[in-house]
Formats: sequence, C-alpha cells, structure tokens
Amino acid sequence: MKKVSGRLSLLLLVMTVSVVCSLPSYQPVFQALPAWAKAVLPNKGITLGLDLQGGIHLVLEVDEDRAVEIAVDRSVNSLQDLLVDKKIPAESVRRTGPQQITIQFQNADLKDQIRNLVDDFPSFVETEAPGTASLVVWELREAEIKRIKDSAINQALETIRNRIDQFGVAEPVVQRQGLKQIVVQLPGIKEPKRAKDLIKETALLEFKMLDEDGQIKLELPSRVPKDQEAEIVKQFADKLPEGDQILFERVIEKDTGREYRVPYLVKKRVMLTGDVLSDARVAIGQFNDPYVSISFDAKGGVEFERITGDNIKKRMAVVLDNTIYSAPVIQERISGGRAQITGTFSMQEANDLAIVLRAGALPAPLKIIQDLTVGPSLGQDSIEKGIKATLFAGVLVVIFMVVYYRLSGAIADFALVLNLVCLMGALSALTGTLTLPGIAGIVLTIGMGVDSNVLIFERIREELRNGKAVRSAIDGGYDKALLTIIDSHVTTLITGVALFLFGTGPIKGFAVTLCLGIAINLFTALVGTKVIFDLLNQRRKVETLSI
Amino acid sequence: MLEILGKTNVDFMGKRKIAFAFSGIMVLLGLVAVVQIVRGAVNLGIDFAGGTAVQLKFDEAIRIDEARKALESNGVGDAELQEFGQDNKLLVRVKASTTIEEKTAERVLGIFAKEFPNNKFVVDSSTEIGPTIGKKLQEDALIAVVISFAGIILYIAARFELRFGVAAALATFHDVLAVIGAFYILDKEITLLIVTALLTLAGYSLTDTVVVFDRIRENLKIRRRESEEAMINSAVNQVLSRTIVTSLTVVLVLIPLTMAGGEVLHDFSLALLWGVIFGTYSSVFVASPLLLLWPGGHGRLLKRN
Repeated sequence: MKKVSGRLSLLLLVMTVSVVCSLPSYQPVFQALPAWAKAVLPNKGITLGLDLQGGIHLVLEVDEDRAVEIAVDRSVNSLQDLLVDKKIPAESVRRTGPQQITIQFQNADLKDQIRNLVDDFPSFVETEAPGTASLVVWELREAEIKRIKDSAINQALETIRNRIDQFGVAEPVVQRQGLKQIVVQLPGIKEPKRAKDLIKETALLEFKMLDEDGQIKLELPSRVPKDQEAEIVKQFADKLPEGDQILFERVIEKDTGREYRVPYLVKKRVMLTGDVLSDARVAIGQFNDPYVSISFDAKGGVEFERITGDNIKKRMAVVLDNTIYSAPVIQERISGGRAQITGTFSMQEANDLAIVLRAGALPAPLKIIQDLTVGPSLGQDSIEKGIKATLFAGVLVVIFMVVYYRLSGAIADFALVLNLVCLMGALSALTGTLTLPGIAGIVLTIGMGVDSNVLIFERIREELRNGKAVRSAIDGGYDKALLTIIDSHVTTLITGVALFLFGTGPIKGFAVTLCLGIAINLFTALVGTKVIFDLLNQRRKVETLSI
Repeated sequence: MLEILGKTNVDFMGKRKIAFAFSGIMVLLGLVAVVQIVRGAVNLGIDFAGGTAVQLKFDEAIRIDEARKALESNGVGDAELQEFGQDNKLLVRVKASTTIEEKTAERVLGIFAKEFPNNKFVVDSSTEIGPTIGKKLQEDALIAVVISFAGIILYIAARFELRFGVAAALATFHDVLAVIGAFYILDKEITLLIVTALLTLAGYSLTDTVVVFDRIRENLKIRRRESEEAMINSAVNQVLSRTIVTSLTVVLVLIPLTMAGGEVLHDFSLALLWGVIFGTYSSVFVASPLLLLWPGGHGRLLKRN
C-alpha cells in the first residue's frame, strides 16, 4: 500500500492555502488580521461582477469622421484669423467637405498670396480647383486624417479616464477595445444616468460673439418651448447672415421650474475654446446660486484679455456643446485670466460642469453602442437568491450521498466541502470576478463534484460484488475509474475554455468557475477521498465497507 | 447497500428503432428552430438582436395590459412585456429597430413615471445594445460553439476511435438540438446566457456518453467472442446505475437553481436541466446504438490502449 502521510499533508496544505487565500474575500475577518498578515496577503479578494453589485458597463464608439471635421473646422478658424492679421481681403473661408477647405476671394490677384498660406498649414495640400481664378481648395493629407483618427480615440480614452477619476468611482475600468471602441465599467454606481451624461458630454467650451447688427435678430422669438429648437433654426435658415448661426440658451424659471429656450444670433467664429483652461471650480454667487469659475492658462489669459479689450460693450456668449450658458455684456477689459460661467443650474450640474471642463473636451462625439445598467437592488436580490439556491442544492446533494452511499457518501460530502473551499481560495487568489452565471457555475460544480465519486463508488461496489476484499476493491475502483474521470473532465474543460476565450463579462465569470471547479474536482476526487479511505484502512483491517 | 437499480438486463439496443424515431423528431424540431434562428424568426434576445430591455420593480402590482396600453399611447408600441412573479417586476423589451441614440430606455422610464404616478418603481436593470454589438456577439457565440465541438470530437477520437468520436458528437448535437427545439416551441428567448447553457450541457452530455463508451471499450477488450450488440447492451446495463446517479446529483442541484435562482438564472438552469435529462437518455439510447450503425472490426480496439 502506498504511503498515506505524504498525500495527507498535501491535502492539508492545499486546504490551508485555500483558506488563507480566501481570507481577503471576507473583509470583516480580513480586517481583524494582524498587520503583517495583511501585508503578505493580497488585499483584494473575489470582486463581485456588475450583475451582482450593480453598476454600468458601457461600450462607446468615437465618431472618427466627426473628429476629422472638427479638426478641419479648427483650421478654418485659424485661417480666418491669419487672413485678418495679414489683411488679405478674402471673401469666405469654409469647410466644403469632410476634409476640404475652400477659400473664395473677389480679386484674382490675391490668388498667389493665398496659395502661399498653405505653408502655414502643413497638414493641408492644395488641390486642383476647377477653372476659376477666385477659388483655392485645400485638402487634408491622408496621413493627417489617420493621425487625427488615431489620436481621437486615445484622447477620448484619456479624457474619460480623467472625468471618471474626478467623479469618484471605486475601481473603474476604462479600456480601449478593438480599433475605435472604449469600454467603461463603473461598478456599484448609484446614479447611472448622471455618470453616463458625464462621460458622453463632448464638453467643447467656446466663446463666441453675438451678432448684434443682424436684421433677423429682431425677428427671433424671445422664448421657445423646449424641443422646438430645430424648427426655429429651419424657419430662419434662409435669412441667416453669412457666418452666423442661431444658438439657444437653456433657461429654467425659478418659481415654476418650467424650462424653455432663448434663441440668440451668434457669430460662428470661435474667439476662444476650452483648450486654454487651466482650472474650473464651483463657486457660490451672491444669490446663493452656483456658478463655475474658470481660470485660463498663460496664453489663454493674454488672449482673453485681448478679446475682451477689443469688444467692450458687446455681448459674448459662453457656449458649451452648442448650448449657450450665458451671454453677458463685456463691461471692461478682463485681465488676470479668470472668468465665470453662470447659468441656471443646480449645484450638482455646476459640479459636473466643472468636472468636464477640468478634464477637457472630447475630440469628437461618442456613441454608446452597448449599455448594461444593473441597479443595486437587483444585484442584492440575485446574490440572496443565488446563495439560497446554492445552499439548498448543496444540502440536497449531501443528504442524497449519505443516504445512498452511507459512510462513503459522507466522505464524498467531505470532498464536496473541500471542493468549495478550494474554489473560493482559487477565485480569491486570482482576484476573480464572481458573476451571477458564476454562481451557477459553483452550483454546477457541486453537482458534478460528487459525480467523480459516484463513478468511483459504483466501481468499488462492482468489485465488491465480484468478491474482492475491501482494500483491493477500493484500489481497483479508483484505478479503473481514473481514465473515465479524466476523459469526462477533459471534455467539459474543453467547453469551459472555449467559453472563456469567446465569452464576455458574466459568461467569462461562468467559464472561470467551471474550469477551476473541474480542475479542483479532479484533485479532490482522486487524492482527497482516497486518502481518507486509506486512512480508514490503515487503522485496522476493514472487513465490510459502508458504501 | 442501497441501490436504485439492481443488476439490470434491459435490451436497450433492441429498442433502438423506437429511440431513433423519437430522437429523429427532436432533432428535426431542433433543426427547424436553428433555421428559424438564422432567419431571425425566433425570439432572439436583445444581446443578439440589438435593442433595449428595461426591468422595473414596482411598489405595487402592475397589470400587464395597463402597462402595455400606457406604452402604446406614448408611442412605444412594439414593446414586449413580461412579469416576474410576486415581486411586482416588469420586463420591457424593445427590439432592434430602435437605436441607442433614441434613448428608448429613458423614454420607457418617463412613460411609467408619468402614467403611474402613484406606483413608484426602481430600475432593476437596463440594457441597450446597438446592432453592431449584437452581430459581434453572434459571431463570438458561433466561434465558441464550433471550437468546443471540434475540440471535443478530436479529443474523443484520439482517446477512443473515430467512430466513437463521431457517435458522441452526434449524440451531443442531438441533446443540444432537442433543447433548442424545446425552447423554440415554448417561445423562450434565446440569449447569450442560453447559448452558454447549451455549450455547458454539451460538455456535460459528453461526460455522460464517455462513461458508457469507456465501459464499451473495456468490454471490447475482454469479451471478444460476443456479438457487438450483446456486448454494448451489457456495457450499458453495467453502467446504468452510475449513469442515473450521476445525472441525478446534477438534477438535484439544478432544480433549486431553476426554482429559486431568480429570473436571470431561471431559463439558464432550465436549459441545463433539460440538457442533463436528454444527455442521460442520449448516452444510452442514441450514442451507443449509433456505434452499431458503424461497427468496428472485432477486436480492433485491442490495437489501441
């Protein structure tokens, strides 16, 4: 007979390691440990999946084409500035395609002068304009388009990360997935809608001048009901002066809480963008209304001072994602690089606005292509039901085994407990994620865990029926069942691995518990129960086996 | 020694015609269901089809027809509604045609808040899946199925003989198709979780088949005189009690999971439960008789192992 002590110590070692490893998963026990123990052990155990603790899982896609358009728009702006600086009287500069700028001018003599400007815009190349002498067309270079698209996703990733960090979520996941997708996981979040808004907001801050000379300014209604902005824009589309647009301010009546929009005629030209911000903080105004105080960086401060100095007594609109927050009259040249964004918002809205301004704008709008939100109550519910089902299933199996196989059944039940202990230890050690299907995987492990023992016991019974002595029946039973057990485990393992490789989220969790369960099962069935049988035999010669 | 079955001597192979007829019907049904899935004519979960699902938990009971009326009168006409037991839970599903940008989930919440002002609710879960993601998940699920089946056939073929591998794979297909067929008839939703259950039951059904095949292989080595039919029959009889007991233990855990595991796990466990039952049946009545349809030479297995 093989020596028992070696295997027995292995068994005890495995159990001890499992228990120690799973300690971090039970925080109350873990916190009570001495400091040195905490230092040695990983401080994170099994984490609960989003389906169990609640939270959101988002997959976002960056609108790359829009990112290119935005970059071209920006070049249009700086080209306009350059033309003004150089006093070249061009008639219009416009983006005339996703990646195309067209410069129009009256005087054909200007053509060479304008064509030379392309030197200042190295990402553009001049293309053949059909025939006319008063037109220059620039195209964005292919390499530049690729660069913009690439950097758009990286920039979006960075921005989202910043925003979430400031929003304050425990253990968020922000990852790139594939070429243009971003996965965001926020476990345990209480206000999913607010978090989603915070992530999705482009947060492009722009300062634009109102057009106070435009004729149609007088025709614009003084207020518009919410959701009817598009109709107003359509109505005035024909009369809009060149280079102007209509933007709306969101206003909420303090007394009634009614929401409406105020249209403004605004010059399209962007004076300054949020790129030059260095900080944004919430402050409380004199009527106890929150506003956001912004600081510019050095360059932005100088620029802001120049703009305000040039436009005294004119109105400037503070525009965020094409919505006007306020349109104050510039009273004087503002130096010191600070400004305020006021508007009708709640403390929380002001807070979120400050966050997105600090974290910076997204390079392009994001599209949510997958959104899984689980409320905390469902998670709690699922855990309770899962645990109840697991316990119930466990008890059923334990009773069945004892009734059917007597003492041997009790040994198999011990193996079952060992299985669960090891599974918890392994999951903790891998800092695995427990999902709802993962719980199902654990339950399945209970069911399949005793299967190996059933195979062995039925074999032993057969050997006993054939008249073998107890000891050799046990050895024979284990030996003969070995191949069957391995074969049957490997087939399930193959499925488990396939599920792990191609499953997402909760399904991966299921695959992990299933695979671990199978591996542990193999060990407990072949080593765990055998040791106990051998121990029983070692003490005294067993005449009859309770099986 | 407590035994469910004593020593049995049932002529399983003799009943193969009846078994094949029954299984044929199940497989046919499953194939119809698969064709319907490919055509998109089944109750495909929104994780595959794309769309929106919102699960709400109300303070008080809500009548499903009232909820439907409220949704319809507010322009969400194509929603599917489902109640969950005593918890006052309501699942609202709006499929494909909508995109996430339309904020269907928010609209549904708004409608319930407006139409049932006295019945407060919390959002248990909300899922919105764009069509591109659904496509990707479909592809991934298909790849997982193909890979696991290929892996299993190869493994069994390597451990036994090719005909064993093919018979085991066919029996497994049979089980999976039978469950798909049953789900199709009951108009249950085919979700990612159900596909996971199907793969798991494929693995389990194989486990069951392997136990029987193992004994057949063993008997092939020692009883070379008997006819293959008699030998397979006695092998099945020999392992019958373990086949039943192993299935029974799994059934024992799946029943509580189906009944009390909560709505998310219910269909998942149900698929597994049926799978285990079909799997047990098929390892006796399908996989083993299939070997008779493709008999090996006498004693040929001796060369292996």
